[in-house]
Amino acid sequence: MFNDKTSKFLLVAGLLLILGGAFAPNWIVNQFMFGFSRALAILGLMVLWRTGLVSFGHAFYFGLGAYAVAILDIKLGVTDVFLRLIAGALVAGTAGFLVGFIMRNYRDIFFAMLNTAISMVLFGIVVKTEALGSTDGFAISMSTILGVSPETKYPLFVIITLVGMVSAILVNYYLKTTFGKLTTAIRDNEIRVEYLGFSVAHAIHLKYSISAILAGGAGALMAMSLGQVDPESMINWTVSGELVFITILSGPGNVIAPFIGSLVFEVLRTYAFELAPQAWQLIMGATFLTIIFFIPGGIWSVLEKIGGKKNDK
Amino acid sequence: MDTFLTILLDGLQFSSYLFIVSAGLTIIFGVMKILNVAHGSFYAWGAYTAAFFIGKFSDMGMPDALGFLIIIAAAVVVGVVLGFIIEQGILKYMYQRDEVLIVLATFGLFLVLEDIILIAFGTDPYFAYQPMALLAAVEIGGITRDVYGLTLIGVATLVAIGCWWLLNKTKWGTILKAVIFDREMGISMGINVPLVYTLTFIGGAILGGLGGAYIAPTISVAPGLGTEVIVLSFAVVVVGGMGSIVGAAIGSLIIGLLRAVAVHELPQVELFVVFAVMAVVLVFRPEGLFAPAKPRKI
Repeated sequence: MFNDKTSKFLLVAGLLLILGGAFAPNWIVNQFMFGFSRALAILGLMVLWRTGLVSFGHAFYFGLGAYAVAILDIKLGVTDVFLRLIAGALVAGTAGFLVGFIMRNYRDIFFAMLNTAISMVLFGIVVKTEALGSTDGFAISMSTILGVSPETKYPLFVIITLVGMVSAILVNYYLKTTFGKLTTAIRDNEIRVEYLGFSVAHAIHLKYSISAILAGGAGALMAMSLGQVDPESMINWTVSGELVFITILSGPGNVIAPFIGSLVFEVLRTYAFELAPQAWQLIMGATFLTIIFFIPGGIWSVLEKIGGKKNDK
Repeated sequence: MDTFLTILLDGLQFSSYLFIVSAGLTIIFGVMKILNVAHGSFYAWGAYTAAFFIGKFSDMGMPDALGFLIIIAAAVVVGVVLGFIIEQGILKYMYQRDEVLIVLATFGLFLVLEDIILIAFGTDPYFAYQPMALLAAVEIGGITRDVYGLTLIGVATLVAIGCWWLLNKTKWGTILKAVIFDREMGISMGINVPLVYTLTFIGGAILGGLGGAYIAPTISVAPGLGTEVIVLSFAVVVVGGMGSIVGAAIGSLIIGLLRAVAVHELPQVELFVVFAVMAVVLVFRPEGLFAPAKPRKI
């Protein structure tokens, strides 16, 4: 599992980041926390994107993860970071598994639209339900780690980085298994995959469930990093759009890409917002169009070119 | 009885503006196979342009009746200018690309256009009540309705008849249908398809702008306007069947009336109901209730 370049790089980079984070100023740690939380969702979307599927509704799972944390906190007072993370991933994963039975039969824009519809159903419920915080959402109490409440945000950063690292290594491993390798094959020609004796529906179902688990975990981590949840920034369709945006920005080339892409997105957004508070969406949108037009392989393809390197799979 | 009539009229009014916007979306999809997220921005631009000039002209002491002219002018100008720039400047280069990628590109455009609105018109809301005030109110079956809202139903009916006439009774409609049916065959029959695309996109954009411009006097025109309307129109075209005008009409009636019922009887489910219907239709009839029959190509 660890004997390829990507996994080794992830291990080393993860540990270096954790070490570096101890000395980094607060705002940098924050950026990494948000970036890496989101990257988890991007990792899942990347698996789908490689299959040729784009979901315009993964904010559904992102939001489920985030709201699972919030509800646990408010109703049961659960503050442990691991319980919260597992709850988020579990709730979203279960939902994803169930929805997957339907979703695996859909392709192209129908896939995108059905996901949008489902996420907007959740949005509609949350926005109109007082018990779920309505449009204001909830504030979430600080996470504790095995009963200890940390002084700074650094421990949470360490956990997010570790979770990201482990997930990336697992997804990388999955992509190298036979079922994982079907990803691109399905995009290229479903009928041939069926002829080879594999069920396309099962393969897509598995990928969809994986992406849901990852998006749920991402939502949970994001909720903990931000310390609050609200429907507008967790479930609305614009959030799904944002997630797809980062997926395209990162590029499907490698499991490391989502992490780099999310960081770039985070930095881009922060600076765009500082530079021109009224025009940050414009800057983001223009960047997005540029990527679609000129760099279809995303940031990863650029890095590959700069590194001038061969395939390291 | 009063409640029933109120729900019915509210629903029809809501359906009407949904239909105007969705008709544009569905025409663009039908002809060009583009699911245009930026359509929400046409709506928002129409609303802002109309509200801005209605306010300006009223300040200058012009008669309020001019408002109606402004609404139409705003829709046309927004549609022609934005539609032309976007189609010629960006979409034209994307037709060979994947359908889903084009959706993403229009999402990028949506972000850009949303912010240009903020830059151009600022963040303060606009109120363009003049045309609405001009038409006063009327009593129907014991309830008072403002006439402006009722004219919306008329405008939507006109748009529907206009679209039907254009598609079925003119040479243009025949050309459009040919392109929808088989683009390559259309080209080989001598149809100038790039021109058809440009005009279709502009036409759709004008309808999007008209929806916004006509609704502007009844609402406060504020940022974020296009975000909600675009998903609602997605719901409409999905329910009705993407690419079908009749579908858009029936889709907007279903969504509009359902929402009106929800608003009056059970406000908690207002948004839920719209998207639940959308999801259910997608699950059981992914092509929509009234999707045009697709030719099977060999």
